[in-house]
Amino acid sequence: MVDNYGELSGIQLDALKEIGNIGAGNAATALAQMVRAKIDMTVPKVKILPFTEVPDLIGGADLHVVGIYFNVQGQAPSNILFILAVDKACLLIDMLLGRAPGETTVENLDELEMSAMMELGNILSATYLNSLAMFTNLKFIPSVPALGIDMAGAVLDAILAQFGEVADHVLVLETEFTKDDQDVVGHFFLLPEPGSLDTILTALGVNF
Amino acid sequence: MANIIQVGMADLKLARAPDKLMTAGLGSCIGICIIDRQIKLACLAHIMLPSSELAKNAENKAKFADSALEVVLEEMLKNGANRSRLQAKMAGGAQMFKFSGESDIMKIGERNAVSVEAHLNNHRIPILARDTGGNYGRTITFDAETGELLVRTIGHGERII
Repeated sequence: MVDNYGELSGIQLDALKEIGNIGAGNAATALAQMVRAKIDMTVPKVKILPFTEVPDLIGGADLHVVGIYFNVQGQAPSNILFILAVDKACLLIDMLLGRAPGETTVENLDELEMSAMMELGNILSATYLNSLAMFTNLKFIPSVPALGIDMAGAVLDAILAQFGEVADHVLVLETEFTKDDQDVVGHFFLLPEPGSLDTILTALGVNF
Repeated sequence: MANIIQVGMADLKLARAPDKLMTAGLGSCIGICIIDRQIKLACLAHIMLPSSELAKNAENKAKFADSALEVVLEEMLKNGANRSRLQAKMAGGAQMFKFSGESDIMKIGERNAVSVEAHLNNHRIPILARDTGGNYGRTITFDAETGELLVRTIGHGERII
């Protein structure tokens, strides 16, 4: 039983990284098709972080962000969070809705814009989970998306609270999407619930 | 020079005037602020969960409303505070995400607020002000000099309680 993420071996971390790589790769392709632009992604980082440091990963607890959250049920319950700075989200919405860059602003984020973001989240998480399911032969059933526009810390803590009863650390699979070589589009987090990590590692054949 | 001391998630810190305590991005978490006005000693705890009783891992006491409050009291008294002079303020406890079939986890903010209030009452510490609930995050700054609690939000104003 992997209770303490610090006990993960190198080969286990590599396996998780590889899933992240392929999952996020497919998600990036889906995103690129949607916005009709070239989207690059970084090689995923697998990190084991204390709660306190998670907000820093995305630029500080104070940063104004859009977070799209999915609770994933199945044999290995997990959480997915796609998070991006609010100004980047507005640019993405411009692309999705065929608007001129800069047309969407924080002030006019309305139902249509939110819905576009949620749809984007749907596609990203579904592609990601498909790859994960293929590798592990496990079933993953994502919830409908929940959208939060607020401070990064506030968006994160509601999700991290679920881990709080068992752990002080979370395992974060993090991928950055970038467009045109510079714009950081967003961060994609997969947060397996305690116990789920065991199931995933066993399914991958690296639980020893 | 007054310093602003940062308090992270599931963390707690003490400060003496003129220093201030700050914690950023409270969502469902709650910032519990306790002060002894006479000696100008303040404490801020950023708790995540209502109770340590059901937790499988309660090593970090600052994470839970009940155990955090005990550590806060212990530390305050150790540093010269008088129990009868302690006063409290609290902020946070929002519900950040809304689902149709809402689980208890998603109502964690509300449960946190209820638990903090109950434990403050148990310890007979008067709650002077609170700014809890809603669906938005809060960044708070607690002034050890004046006991003022500055609450900043995105799109929901700024206030001193």
